Amino acid sequence: MAATKQTTRPQNGEGVFPYLTAAAAALILLLTGSILLVVLWGAWPAWQAFGPAFLATSVWDPVQNLYGAIPAVFGTLVTSLIALALAGPLGIGTAIFLSELAPPWLKKPASFTVELLAAVPSVVFGLWGLFVLAPWFRVGPGQFLETNLGFLPLFQGPSLGIGVLTAGLVLAMMILPTITAISREVIRAVPQELREAMFALGSTRWEMIAKVVLPTGKVGITGALLLGLGRSFGEAIAVTMVIGNANLIPSSLLAPAQTIASLIVNEFPEAFDLQLSALLLLGLLLFIITLAVNMIAVWLVQRTTQGIPSSQEKRPVKRRTLRRFFSNGQ
Amino acid sequence: MTQSIAVQDLSVWFGRHQVLKNVSLYAKPKEVTALIGPSGCGKTTLLRCINRLHDLYSNATIHGKIMVGTENILGVNIDPVELRRRVGMIFQKPNPFPHLSIFENVAAGLRLHGLACGRAAAERVEACLRKAALWEEVKDSLDRPGIMLSGGQQQRLCIARALAIEPAVFLMDEPCASLDPVSTMRIEELIKELREDYTVIIVTHNMQQAARISQQTAFVLNGELVEAGPTAEMFIAAKDDRTEAYLTGQMG
Repeated sequence: MAATKQTTRPQNGEGVFPYLTAAAAALILLLTGSILLVVLWGAWPAWQAFGPAFLATSVWDPVQNLYGAIPAVFGTLVTSLIALALAGPLGIGTAIFLSELAPPWLKKPASFTVELLAAVPSVVFGLWGLFVLAPWFRVGPGQFLETNLGFLPLFQGPSLGIGVLTAGLVLAMMILPTITAISREVIRAVPQELREAMFALGSTRWEMIAKVVLPTGKVGITGALLLGLGRSFGEAIAVTMVIGNANLIPSSLLAPAQTIASLIVNEFPEAFDLQLSALLLLGLLLFIITLAVNMIAVWLVQRTTQGIPSSQEKRPVKRRTLRRFFSNGQ
Repeated sequence: MTQSIAVQDLSVWFGRHQVLKNVSLYAKPKEVTALIGPSGCGKTTLLRCINRLHDLYSNATIHGKIMVGTENILGVNIDPVELRRRVGMIFQKPNPFPHLSIFENVAAGLRLHGLACGRAAAERVEACLRKAALWEEVKDSLDRPGIMLSGGQQQRLCIARALAIEPAVFLMDEPCASLDPVSTMRIEELIKELREDYTVIIVTHNMQQAARISQQTAFVLNGELVEAGPTAEMFIAAKDDRTEAYLTGQMG
């Protein structure tokens, strides 16, 4: 009975199903492609007007319709590098603690808390930065830097609370979970036999970490740092709220500045003609930079986690973890 | 300096699960002691107690004594880090450090303990590679990564790495399990040579191997040491029926 039924059982949806999923996949490519096309289309007038000089001009003057990328690019690079310098060591340190040192009962809740940080919306980081961090920074560390290190060009001028350094701090908070979680995955992918080999030679835990875990995971950890960097490049709302939004190359780390993303947020709603086109050209620049950084990062992370050369099977980084951090906040 | 290993009434639990039950075993200096028994019987656990690798995982409870020389290495005043320097360990799968060259793999222990550097280190590395019967094959490629070698060469590299810090005893956990017959023969030759200077305890699933290289054999079953004695005697006439059954392939 069963055998005869099987041949006549209707193949529900079998014919349609592959086409539906293929259509869904194609739609994503189509969307990405059309976004790129629209940005290219919109950026074209500005490229015609300024050409490569756009990248070498430091004026941003909507009144005279003169636009250059330098202040925004500079602000983006400086804030992101500050964030990386702060969150990098902290994130790698946390990852080492979580994977090598934390007692088992602490590992899960601590990892979860760090990843929770990634789930906080950008605008909340921005609000926190503006209402909590900035006022504290103005009278605390900012004041200290102004009075004690004000003679250095780096810390000239009054401590306003908002500015390059504050933006860097907020960005550091935001990229910390990315760096921590990916570094932790990379470190976890270091085969256990390599750890035991070092222990068996009579090493302490710290020696084992310094001589086996970090060198073996070096490439992947670099990838984790680049992923964090990529995220901070593109961050818009939180930075806009704390950077002070001044279209100049900042004179010091305490001064207000502008990033590509914050400039777009600030001017896009009222921009038209050439200004709009210049903003889109900046957007295109950001798109290319971020794409390149992310691609290099993913390549590095996967190279380590799939290819730590050892006789033992490798534990690949969970794609899920990578994806989670790509979809975040941007 | 060769030292005997005496395991006395050793019991080990992982969580609530008892893995070893009152095991006692004496391994003479300059002899190879083979631990045989079916998978999961506790052989590896016993071996790893001797350099306290279980200390790294918090759920192990260990009772009893293990005397290396005249010292109870399970005692509270023993620093496991210092102990492991005196106890060489070879693992089931060759595990050279992937980021280090052949030379630096052997020198890893020397660098770790600041035993030798420069010319002295180079001499020590050469001596260890010669002793591990690997020198002739790698002398022109010392700068290449250790993982470029074949499995058997990697395992000899690991033996050279362990030799470099001059341990008193050698523990081997199925060192030939992932190797082809030719590589296995070379490692066995090497173990016979090591015996002249070291106490060796080797876990093996290969009873022919136990017969070929060991002077004493111990049969472990379900966490208990069923029988231990001179290899020749045990393979000809085992005292216990269970040993007999295992050796003749009727069990495990």
